[in-house]
Amino acid sequence: MIELGNITKIYKMGKVEIYALRGITLSIKRGEIVSIIGASGSGKSTLLNVIGCLDRPTSGSYLFDGADVSRLNDNKLAEMRNKQLGFVFQEYNLLSRASALSNVELPLIYSGSRQKHKRAMEALERVGLAARAKHKPTELSGGERQRVAIARALVNNPALILADEPTGNLDSVAGAEIVSIFQQLHREGITVVVITHEMDVATKAQRIIRLVDGEIISDEKAT
Amino acid sequence: MKLIDFFVIAIRALSANKLRSSLTMLGIIIGVGAVITLMSVGRGAEASVTSTFEQMGTNVLNVVPRSPEVEGFAGLSPRFAAPTLTLDDAEALGHIRSAAAVLPVNENFVQVTADGESKTAMIHGSTPEYLEVYNHSLALGQFIVDRDVASRDRVAVLGSEVAEDLFGFDNPIEQRVKMKGQRFTVIGVLEPKGGAMMGVSLDNIVVTPITTFQTRLFPQRTASGEDAVASISIKVASADAIDGVTEDAEAILKKRHRIADDEKNDFAIVSQEQVLGFVTQVTGVFTIFLGAIASISLLVASIGIMNIMLVSVTERTREIGVRKAVGAKRRDILLQFLLEAAMLSFVGGGIGVTGGWVLSRLISRVDVGGMTIHAVVSPDIVILAISVSVFIGLASGIYPAMRAARLNPIDALHYG
Repeated sequence: MIELGNITKIYKMGKVEIYALRGITLSIKRGEIVSIIGASGSGKSTLLNVIGCLDRPTSGSYLFDGADVSRLNDNKLAEMRNKQLGFVFQEYNLLSRASALSNVELPLIYSGSRQKHKRAMEALERVGLAARAKHKPTELSGGERQRVAIARALVNNPALILADEPTGNLDSVAGAEIVSIFQQLHREGITVVVITHEMDVATKAQRIIRLVDGEIISDEKAT
Repeated sequence: MKLIDFFVIAIRALSANKLRSSLTMLGIIIGVGAVITLMSVGRGAEASVTSTFEQMGTNVLNVVPRSPEVEGFAGLSPRFAAPTLTLDDAEALGHIRSAAAVLPVNENFVQVTADGESKTAMIHGSTPEYLEVYNHSLALGQFIVDRDVASRDRVAVLGSEVAEDLFGFDNPIEQRVKMKGQRFTVIGVLEPKGGAMMGVSLDNIVVTPITTFQTRLFPQRTASGEDAVASISIKVASADAIDGVTEDAEAILKKRHRIADDEKNDFAIVSQEQVLGFVTQVTGVFTIFLGAIASISLLVASIGIMNIMLVSVTERTREIGVRKAVGAKRRDILLQFLLEAAMLSFVGGGIGVTGGWVLSRLISRVDVGGMTIHAVVSPDIVILAISVSVFIGLASGIYPAMRAARLNPIDALHYG
């Protein structure tokens, strides 16, 4: 499903060039659940942003379902993010003034979908938060907020869910709930890529990719 | 993305910051309100001046003395122009074929008293043609006749306002009024005409025979010692004849005043149209000037909108990042912020139009020295003001909106 070929990403800070990614070659198959681990600054978030079409690589090739993503313009990338991908962030990134339901409806607004309300409620049901639909994020616990964010990622039935430290701000109980939701999604056939630095989260995946200084140093099956 | 969703997002964003939104709108409200009010007052002044001139009759030429030495309109001012016209001049002008009526008029202000009531009115000394040339009609009694003029009778015809103020509901006919210590008999009352000329109501008037005016009330003589006439109005039979009558009148007066062809005239012939053109030019400039002053407040308001939109974009950087991460395109973000700015200015413009309209109505009720300015809020002013305010909203919203749309999603997500 995802074929990365020799991806590099260079940030220019004034005259200094910083190599965030140095030649990443990686393939992820449909239906896999993969975790990416590494120290902060290892480039794992940059990698996730490239896979998630939020950022463009400096060089290298990226095929998504056989289509060349590096040739897509901004509008096509936005459509990719809207229809094919779902993002889950460490800081939830919910709109604080909108209800849980409105937050989940957001991707449907940009896809111009019908029955926004019904589909958003279904997504909230999948993460067990239908009862909290009218609450604002400030009225929800951290775990509940993250579940709203997952519902938002799910609502357009994406093929791939990308999560950047989804349990980073949560206690272990709430974190375990979130992990089990990802496992459930994986069982339903959705491809999941999770960035984490917690080994007990990483080991729940089928496959663990370890990054150091923008390079993959190991790619192995979880035990 | 559907249009309705854009509106929902914009309304939610604006109502989330009610105080800020309403203060921003206040700028537009004041700006548009000021434009509407001032423009309509200007238009109203224009309209009332024009209608006054039209009431005085069209196809009328006015002959007045002028000072040969002084240029332009100033030469017509009584301060420079010595009296040069006489009743004989008027009589001679009456022989022009296309002149329907010739009317010598002297005017002044006079205090009129009757039964202890007193009123200052404009007094016209004139002849029987007065009614025809000035478009007046008689409500009661009779008007001055040739015999009154010939025998310098102390008779007076009162304007409706004078009659009402002095006699109330009593019939003024055959009553006495006193002017400059002399008794006059009231022989008629004019129909109310409405309108005002230079701040004086056209109904606050007394008409006497011109000869009475010249000899008993306000004697004034020309250089050659004859009784002077302040102006001679010539009613022309048809609009086509105006040029011909003007030429004939000039030739006749030049001959009578012994003015050679290369000398400057000691009189001027001014058509009603010329005066009207001059006045509307002045009031038109006045209107534009008022509008321009009001536009400055609109400009300030637009800067206010741009400022608030820039603040709003910065504040909501993360929101923009989230929207982009879930699939918002540049165009979606651009339209979202543009619509917010346009709604601010459109709603503000609407309220401003209403406020300006109310203010114009109030101004129309205020009596300024006997004259009311009927402020006219015409549709073109409203359309102009609203489209200008929406244009301002869009123009001042486009830059902040473009900044929002151009944000890189990752930078936006990690902002702050």
